[in-house]
Parts: sequence; C-alpha cells; structure tokens
Amino acid sequence: MSKTLAPQSATNMAEQNPQGVDPDAVSVSVDVSAAPAEASAAPTAPSPGRTADKVFKICAWSAGILIFLALAAVTIFLILRALPAFTGDPAVRSSALESLSGGRASNFASYVGPLLFGTILIAGLSLLLAFPVSTGIALFITHYAPRKLSTALSSVVDLLAAIPSVIYGLWGALVLVPAITGFWNWVATYLGWIPIFAGPAAAPARSVASVALVLAVMILPIITSVARDIFAQAPRLQQEAALALGATKWETIRLAVLPFARSGLISASMLGLGRALGETMAVLMILSPGFSYSLHILQASTSQTIAANIASQFPEADSMGVAMLVATGLVLFVITFLVNFLARRITGKGVSK
Amino acid sequence: MQTSRGNGMHKPTFARGAAVVTALSLAFGLAACGDNAPASSAISGASGASSVSGADGGPNLQGEFAGSGASSQQSANEAWIADFHASHNQARISYDPAGSGAGVTALLNGSVIWAGSDEPLNAAQLEQSKSTCARGTAFEVPVYVTPIAFAYNLPSVGLNDSGKHLRMEPETIAAIFQGQITRWNDARLARLNPGVGLPDLPITVVHRSDKSGTTKSLFKYLKAAAGPAWPYEPGENWPNNVGQGAKGTAGLVMTLTQAEGTFGYADAAQTSGLGTVAVKVGESYVPASERGVSKMMDKVKYEAQPQGSLRKLVKVDYQTAEPGAYPVLLVSYDIACQAYQRDASGSKAAFAKSWLSYLASEAGQQQAAANAGSVPLTPAIREQVMQSVQAIEAS
Amino acid sequence: MASAQGHTSAQLAAKPVIDFDRFRPTRSSIRARKRRNALMTGLIALSFVVALIPLISVLWVSLSKGLKRLNWDFLTHNMSGVVGGNPTATGGHGGILHAIIGTLEVTAGAMIISVPIGVMCAVFLVEYASGGRMARAISLLVDVMSGIPSIVAGLFAFSMFAALVGPSTVNGFSGSVALSLLMIPTVVKTSEDMLRIVPGDLREAAYALGVTKQRTITKIVLRTALPGIVSGVILAIARVIGETAPLLIASGFIASTNPNLFSGRMTTLPVYVYNEYSQGLAVCGPGSPAGCVAGIRMERAWAAALALIVVVLVLNLLGRLVSKVFSVQEK
Repeated sequence: MSKTLAPQSATNMAEQNPQGVDPDAVSVSVDVSAAPAEASAAPTAPSPGRTADKVFKICAWSAGILIFLALAAVTIFLILRALPAFTGDPAVRSSALESLSGGRASNFASYVGPLLFGTILIAGLSLLLAFPVSTGIALFITHYAPRKLSTALSSVVDLLAAIPSVIYGLWGALVLVPAITGFWNWVATYLGWIPIFAGPAAAPARSVASVALVLAVMILPIITSVARDIFAQAPRLQQEAALALGATKWETIRLAVLPFARSGLISASMLGLGRALGETMAVLMILSPGFSYSLHILQASTSQTIAANIASQFPEADSMGVAMLVATGLVLFVITFLVNFLARRITGKGVSK
Repeated sequence: MQTSRGNGMHKPTFARGAAVVTALSLAFGLAACGDNAPASSAISGASGASSVSGADGGPNLQGEFAGSGASSQQSANEAWIADFHASHNQARISYDPAGSGAGVTALLNGSVIWAGSDEPLNAAQLEQSKSTCARGTAFEVPVYVTPIAFAYNLPSVGLNDSGKHLRMEPETIAAIFQGQITRWNDARLARLNPGVGLPDLPITVVHRSDKSGTTKSLFKYLKAAAGPAWPYEPGENWPNNVGQGAKGTAGLVMTLTQAEGTFGYADAAQTSGLGTVAVKVGESYVPASERGVSKMMDKVKYEAQPQGSLRKLVKVDYQTAEPGAYPVLLVSYDIACQAYQRDASGSKAAFAKSWLSYLASEAGQQQAAANAGSVPLTPAIREQVMQSVQAIEAS
Repeated sequence: MASAQGHTSAQLAAKPVIDFDRFRPTRSSIRARKRRNALMTGLIALSFVVALIPLISVLWVSLSKGLKRLNWDFLTHNMSGVVGGNPTATGGHGGILHAIIGTLEVTAGAMIISVPIGVMCAVFLVEYASGGRMARAISLLVDVMSGIPSIVAGLFAFSMFAALVGPSTVNGFSGSVALSLLMIPTVVKTSEDMLRIVPGDLREAAYALGVTKQRTITKIVLRTALPGIVSGVILAIARVIGETAPLLIASGFIASTNPNLFSGRMTTLPVYVYNEYSQGLAVCGPGSPAGCVAGIRMERAWAAALALIVVVLVLNLLGRLVSKVFSVQEK
C-alpha cells in the first residue's frame, strides 16, 4: 500500500510545487531575513549554534544508522527465534512439524516447500490477473481520459489501496466466494481440459483461484500507480511523430509508449508481486488451506501461503512450533527481499537508459 | 509578515493537535463507562447469583484472573465470566481462546490459573505440572459437554428443515469422509433413507483445517463405532485429502452454508439452518440433541486414577446401543491445581475454587446451556467435579 | 515504423522501379487497424470498469451491512460482559470502544517511533549524505524495509519482545513497534521527496547569511517541506491503521478496554473485525432473553469494518487536503 500512496502524493507534490515553491521563496526569504540577527550574534557567541549544529548532525546520522540497525535487528531477532527450528532436539523438531502440518511433513524443507509453492502460485496468479488490468487503467488515465478527469480517476484507484486487507478478506469470504462459485464451476466444466482448470471445482469456491482474484484487486493500485507515472513520462515527441505518420492511438501506444515503459512495467509488477507474496488476512479468511504441490487452482484445499499459515497456526503453536513458523517467516522475508531487490535493479537500469 | 506566516503554518497544526488531545481525552473519559453493566438478571435470574455466592462465600475475590485454552469453550466462558462477575464484581476474569495446547502450556508455565482443554494432560505434562502446582499434579474436571452434529446443506430438496434428519450409519459417515461415497444419491445413502428424494449432487466434505478437539472426538467415535471402516487413528488433524478445510467451527459452518451439497461436523448449537444427521445407535436412528447426550452422561464411567488423585477423566462409551443416546459428543475439561506456587495470599486458589465450583453448579451449567448450547452436566457428574474442586486450598 | 521505412529504402536501392501502390494501405487493412484500435480502446476502458466493480461492491456491502449496527451505543461500549447475542443493559450488543482506543494508542505509538526517525533519516539522506555511498546504501535498505511483509514485522516485534522482555510478551507497544517498521520506509520516502523539491537556492541563501546548518534545515528546509511531510505521514498512518496480521501476533485480543499501551493485550479495530468474523453464530435458544441476535458477530464485524473504512478514508482525505491546502496557501 505504501508503494501506491507514497509515489502518488510525491508526484502530486512534484506537480504542484514547481508553481508552489518558487513564489514561496518570497515568503521563505522573509523567514531567512529573521536570521541575520542571530547570524550577527553568532560571532560573539558561537558555541550554542555550533552545539545545536553538532547535535542535529549526530541526530541525522544516527537516524540513518538506525535504519541499518533496525534491519539488522529484524534479521537477528528472527534468526534468534527461528534457531531452535534448526538446532533443537531432532525429535522435538519433527514432532512440532508433524503437529503443524497434520503429520504431512517431518523435516523443515518438506514443510516449507508446499507453503512456498502455494505462496508463489497465488501471488503469481494474482499478478497475472492484475497486470493487464492495471496497465489498461494506467493507459486509460494517462492517454485516454480527459486531463481533468484523470486525477479523479487516479484517486478512485488509490481508494482501492486504502481499503484495509481485513475488509477485503471479509468481502472475499462473504460476498465474492458465494457469488463466484457458479462461475468457477462453469469454468471447470467447459475448460476443465486445461490442466490448471481441472475439476471438480470447489463448492464453495474457497480456492486458490478466488484468493488470487482478491489479491489481484489488492495489488492493482500498486502496479497502476507505478505504471501511470511511467506512461506519463513517455516521450511526447515520439508519440506525436507516430500520430503524424497516421498511426492509430493504439499503434502509437504500442510503438512509442509501451517499449519505453517496458522495464518500468516489469519493476511495477515486481512490486505488486512483493505485496501479494506477503499478504496475509485476505488469504487467511478466504482460502481453504491445503498442503500439496497442486496446480489445480479451482479445486479445494490444495495450497496455503506462508503468511496465512503463520497467522493461522501462531496462536496455538508451542515454543518449537513458533520457532518453525518464524523460520518460514524468514523464508518469506528472503523471497520478498529478492523480489523487491530485483524490482529496484530493473528500475535502476530503466532510469539510467 | 513572518508572524502572519507563522500563524498560517502553526494555527492549523495547533488546532489539529488540540483536536487530537480532545479526542483522546474524550476517548479515555469514555473508557470508564465503556464496560457494559452486568445484566445478570436478564441472563440467568437471581438464583444463579445466589448459588454462586453460596458456593463459597467469596464476593471478596479481587484482582485479575486469567484462563486460557480450548476455543470450543469460548462462548461458554463468555457467559460464565459475565454471570460470575455479577456476584464477584471485584474480580477481573479473562479467558483467552488460544487453543487447548496453548492453554495447557500457559498453565504449566504459571501464566494462567486454569486452562480449558479438549484433551486430558498427557504423562509428560502431568509430570511437568508438579513444578507449577504447589501440591501434587494438576487435575482435570469435565465442565463442558456438547453434542457434535453431522451437518449438511441440502435446502433445495427441503432436507434442511427442522425435524428432518438424514439417516446414516457410522460406516456410511466413514465412507463419506474417506471419499468413497461422493454423491448424495449414492445407493448406500438411498438404502438408509427410503422415501427421501436425495438430490443428484456431489458431496463436498467440509472439515476443520486447524487442530481441533472436535475432530478428535469425532474420530474416536468413528474408530469405535465404524470399526474397520475407519482406518485412521484419532488425531486432532484431518487425516486425508478429501473435501475442503475450514478454520474453526465458525469457518466450517460458514463454508457449509455457502454451497449446496456440503457435509461436515460441528457443535450442534452452531448448525441452525442446516440439516443434521440421525446416527444409527443400536437399532434406531438418533439425531443430535441434548436429551441424547444426557442419556450418554447417565451411564458415564471414569478412568481409574491412583489413590488421592483429583483427576476426573470421563470414559465415553461410543459403541453404546442404549436407545435414544447420542454418542457423538465433545467433553471439554478445565485444568487447575490443587494448590498454586507463588500464591502466598491464597487468592489464586480461592479464585480457582470459587470459579470451578460455580462452573460445576447447576446455575453455571444452565448458563452455558443457554448461551453456548452445551448440555448441562448431570448431578452425578457435578458431584464428582465438586469433590475434586473442594480439595483446592491455599498453598 | 522505423524498421518499415528502413525496409522500403533497402528495396529502393535494389530495384529502381517501385510499385508504390503495393504500400498503399488497402481499405481492408485500414479497417482492420481501426477495428483493432477500437478494440484496444474498449479493452482499456473496460479495465477501468473492471477495477471499479470490486471497489463499489466492497464499499456498498460494508455500508449496507455495517450501518445496521454502527450507532452511538456501538461506539461507546466495549465487549466486556457481552454474552453471545444477548442484549446488554443499554439495549446494545457491545461495541468497539476498546478497539478504537487500542487503535489510537497503537498507531500513536507507531507514529511517535517512526516520524522522528523517518524524517531525520530523510534529512540525513538529502542534507548530509546526499549522493554518497552511505546514502545509497541506506536508500537501498529503506527500499528493502518497505518490502517487508507485515506478518514478518509482527513476528519480529514478537521475537524481539520475547527476547528482551520475556517469553510471550504481548502488549500494545509491541504492535506499535511492528507497525513502525512498516511506517518508517513510507515516511522516509515521502519526506525525502519533499526535501528534494525544496529549491537549493533557499539553502544557499541561508548559508550565505551565516545561518547554521541545523537552523537552515529546521527553520527553512523542513518548514518549507512541512505540508508534504505531514500529508505523507498521514497517508502512512492510513496505511498502517488497517494492518491486522502483525497486531494479531504482537498485540492480541481482549474484550475489555485496556488503556495501558505497555502492558496487557490490546484490541485494535482490524483485529476486532477478524475476531468477530472468526467466531460464528451466537446461541439463541429457548433460554436466551428476548432480543437475542444469532448473527450478531457478523453484524458487528461489518459495523466495525465500516468504522475502519471511514477512519482510513478520512485520513486519506486529510492527507490529500493538507498537501493541497497548504501548498495553495503558500502561494
């Protein structure tokens, strides 16, 4: 959510401030004009300003270093808490895992494997659903909608990001699931020959497909806001040239906008993927959990995600169980870290191009 | 000009700050009157209150008393706490429905006074409890009994209507839960239900996805009653890949109601609006009911315990042929100590004694029955519980 | 386009005589292109409509189901002493006062931790270490931090308090720590953006007048950027106020009001919604009083969800308003 709101407000400000700040310089310079009195006083008593300066500098530096420390603390405390999952008494470990997995796993790899698979499957599917739609919305806002309307439309999309995930969970479990069961059933009946749509479809549809749909709605605004910023930056001259050559609007976009935005779009979708990987509540409230490497997204109880598994098992877990869950949390942390890192790398390249 | 600008910047900030402070103080002001007044008269009547204070003369209990454990007891504990509070308004009692395992762990490390659990302590836990309890081991007493109903959702053929119950044998249920009977109009179901228009729908088995005492009790019944037709050992987890899982009783019931043709199991009180199964007992078919479970409790036996033990572990005869008895039930225990470590003032023991006495009283059992749909313990069982509870004393 | 032109010029070199008509767009190809254009326009407009469906559905359902219970009684009572679906002495069915207080306190705690750190970190990045290796490293770490899944933040707070305070320490402040981990990157990012668009001239003018760096930053740079930072902070709060998963782990759930952030479980609004959702039907048997509502828990969940939506939307509006109103005022 942060990704959608922050860039939006940043660009808003960036748009407003070129007009906003310059005239502002007048009023601010008045502020500065108060300073000479202090500045002229400075030679006689240099120490208070200096000390304040130093203290402030130390504050700023320590705030910067605190970020290091915070991340280090996250890693250290998580590892510390997860350590028993790797070093503890093997008998206790395997019994904890058997209790967590319902007797389906006895070592950590076979426990985290299906969960990781489920996490990636659900996040990947939701990205697959959200990507074309959010690209479309971003194009609609930047290239189709009238200029005055486009800010309003942006904030409508940002509304989607503002709704807390627990409410999406509530909505998904109580409204979407009963409503969509028939549709998934239809898909399984007529498209069942495609392996991932193989039936029987879960009734009610607390399946991977329904969860992916809800997650897609949740990551839509993230991808849209990044894509929108990038489309807005696409060079105007090339677009005008394309139009002048008689290209239709779509051809202009295909030739002059999309190629320019490719790396940005990839990074946007990585950000969306990162968010989908870590989403907990919607999955917890909608999905009927399973523990397998199944690609049958319409069937019941095939998969579970790491995040939802932690939230659902945490309250009842004993000490070793908590260690195991924290260890799966570490795995999730590493995966989201990699995805986000990849997104930055791609954006970095996009900017330097 | 600077001042005017300063005002422009500061005034809203100040106003906002003031607004926040006002809002916060308002909120805290309300915190005092946020608690709901005990409406005990509305809930249980005067007899409940008097019997509580009669149990041991203690409206002088004060302080914080925490319990933790089985989520199956959550609704009952809500009702008990509210009613108990009416006569002991100095005591602040909380129950954290963290699950049986978590409750026992919390009891064993001394952070709660009592634990609710669907399972008796195992040998290791019993041994460990010696370090938490000042005298002897912790002990279990039954406090909460509820029928587990097999529920289905078949509204379009009118089978959800109250008074209608599909008939099933334990073997049939075992076959459905193993994915061997997959459609509602299966011959094995039709044979048991002559004259009932069973629909041509697939059966969606819905089971608990979390660990659950309900699941385990159910499996104990299937193991005993269905014999070789149920190959799995009783456990808290669902053993196979049939059907779809749902978290908690609430999630399970919600899943049942969201699609037609579902079949699952839940506390009977939670299954309103769904159809329930009449289970074959002896030669007749018995639907889940309070009366059926009371009949089971009339014949209840206790597991043998060493001399001086306060543990009251109920043995349920799942294979009963008693006419009218309903053998699928969950017995949930409360676990406490005879005397507590770090209890110099004796307030923990006094609370535990007063609390468990109330739970085992007729008023307490009626309270749970009215608000959680449990079956009141029979006087004989209550007397057994009371024997153990009376032994609680300051360390 | 470019490649097509290159192709023609290559042909031009090979063959002096060109049948230009071959390249004239045929009527059918124009029609096909137009059709394609119309199709894509339709799809793009459709994608927007598709996104509107869940939004409208969520808002409509919350509104229609939430309004039923969202009243003054619901806002001014907690859940202590509420039994199943039975009415309380005031005729209500319990409420969210404890959750509102919990949410305010936990979020305020997160704000107090993350705003100074976030803003100072942005100051450090822009004013002290701009462009340096240190700044790049920290920027990267902030990015990494913004990608931390919320549940991991909850696990972290839980593990930290377990290690430092004692096992199974669950309190409101632990939740604040988890939320601040999610909030800091947002605050750093927006503050950094705001500081960067403060014109360098202002700083140079101040330095030229002999103003110390600290005064320049606090009195000029931060003050100029203040509306942007405030709006960024409000939006960051709006984001974390709806977080559920980390608080489920770090702050727990309790039915009564707990005004102490540092001790005891603390309910927040999102956790309240989840908790009500996961409890199922209340028992309204023959022994229950009149006015017992079996589906009360789901009704309370929707009412609390509506309250949460209102809070989040108001915060979002406020954030936008602050950034808009104040930048206009400065003109």
